[in-house]
Amino acid sequence: MKSIRIGSGSAWMGDRVEPARWSADRGALDYMCFETMAEVTISMAQVRKAEDPNAIGWDPYLDDRMEAVLPGCLKAGTRIVSNQGWVDPEGAADRVRWHLRKLGATGKKVACVTGGVVTDRMDRCGPILETGADPTGFGDALLSAEAYLGAEPIARALGMGADIVITGRCADPALFLGPMLHEFGWTPDDLDRLGAGAAIGHLMECAAQITGGYFSDPGFKDVPEPWNLGFPIADVTEDGACVLGKLEGTGGRISLGSVKEQMLYEVHDPRAYVTPDVVVDFSTAKLTELNDGRVRIEGVTGKPRPERLKVSIGCREGYIGEDMFLYAGPGALDRARLAKRILEERFRIVGLKADEVRIDFVGYNSVHGAATPADAPEPYEVAVRVAARTQTYAEAFKVGREVDGMAVSGVAMTGKRGGHRQRVREVVGVWSAMIDRDAVAPEITMLEV
Amino acid sequence: MRVQLRHLAHVRSGDKGNTALISVIAYSDPLFEILCEQLTPEAFKAHYRGAITGEVTRHRLDNLGALQFVCEGALGGGVSRSLAMDNFGKALCSAVLGFEVEAPDRMRNLLVNLAEPAAG
Repeated sequence: MKSIRIGSGSAWMGDRVEPARWSADRGALDYMCFETMAEVTISMAQVRKAEDPNAIGWDPYLDDRMEAVLPGCLKAGTRIVSNQGWVDPEGAADRVRWHLRKLGATGKKVACVTGGVVTDRMDRCGPILETGADPTGFGDALLSAEAYLGAEPIARALGMGADIVITGRCADPALFLGPMLHEFGWTPDDLDRLGAGAAIGHLMECAAQITGGYFSDPGFKDVPEPWNLGFPIADVTEDGACVLGKLEGTGGRISLGSVKEQMLYEVHDPRAYVTPDVVVDFSTAKLTELNDGRVRIEGVTGKPRPERLKVSIGCREGYIGEDMFLYAGPGALDRARLAKRILEERFRIVGLKADEVRIDFVGYNSVHGAATPADAPEPYEVAVRVAARTQTYAEAFKVGREVDGMAVSGVAMTGKRGGHRQRVREVVGVWSAMIDRDAVAPEITMLEV
Repeated sequence: MRVQLRHLAHVRSGDKGNTALISVIAYSDPLFEILCEQLTPEAFKAHYRGAITGEVTRHRLDNLGALQFVCEGALGGGVSRSLAMDNFGKALCSAVLGFEVEAPDRMRNLLVNLAEPAAG
């Protein structure tokens, strides 16, 4: 039975680069796929572009990643699929071509997938899913709107001979499903195989989260060499089954536990995980731990794809002002509570206009909030962290100014946070809607070296 | 015996907008049965004491020995506009590790990392 080997290259923009290099050099991969986008990635890139027209519109670590993996990928004949194009896939593809030329490569093709941007077609979207609001009502606040593209344009680009495919927004599993469609010729009615393939993509797109990253809990779930994790490598067969492994000599471990955590990660309904290409049913999955440290996954099934595509919408929604200061030793929590009271009164006196204000005690209740047990022990150290969401920059700025006042006009033994940092940031709200498929036409541009 | 859930299961948080998705995965099948019985959506929501403002839906996956809790209104209005430091709610799942369950004594050896009772 035909099989292909796919490696994860990254789980997000800030991911480590070194494990991708190891897989490119030693993994004997057919494909390496990079996932680098979060929901706010596009909108934040638009904000940066508004501030500085020369700001790059793609993954700022594109150079680091390509320098790390291209030599190994060229040597092994590994093809690359990556969503590092962000708001400028053409620019990113051109930059990749520059890297190929620098390495002396010839006869290579870099494809660029575009066509997901729908800011000029908001009238083709249904109501905002979270609120039911009119999708055309954002006005000037609208920063971005892109449809999540599926695996089809990626498979098409590979079919056109692309060695590297650069995309903007697409569904994360599609980055991996694209190569499977291309290699195995699965058709839209191969629902179970599409479901299995999308599931593999879902498992692989968070890279080390399945090889022991984000998994260690001392004494409960121990992971060998968690400072040295390898990225996952999937051997996928044309029936849709796969075996997940990683390179010899790397840290971490793939286990039933890590696979289960990743399988359910960010999934609303495990019997209906919606992707542009297929709706995945994880409830039929069968996992087997093999005696060589790998895990076999089979039996995942699929249901027909949704009629419409999901659109991620980003808009300007005001500002958040925030700051923090410190207490320690006996009575720390009492001093923090008084500081909170002083800040609340100060915000009233200076007439802070905020949509929401939140004052937490870091070390005590800042993470679990209302879920903090009533009998939680008093901490030895407490940081008071204050944040407010406002409509204007000037109002958000007041938060930091009032924390400044706490330095000499506040509570005894107040510690200041060292290092001046940005205390006001812009809020990019993220919303979603569904759009008609015929309003979205993915396009492929091919660059040649 | 009454024990914390952390000896029966491991957990992971995910996020989508203002909804937290919390996976509770049993270390073994007999422990999964206990969780199915005692970690009801109502008990789960009550344990979070108001940190989850919306509905809690539970999906049961026998093939994985896992429960998936869909917690609406748990992320301060959504990841991007939340004032929480942990705006993704990545650490939100760890609160349920402290949920107390009643486990039969005969299952003691299935419980993970349970301290030995003091001698004498």
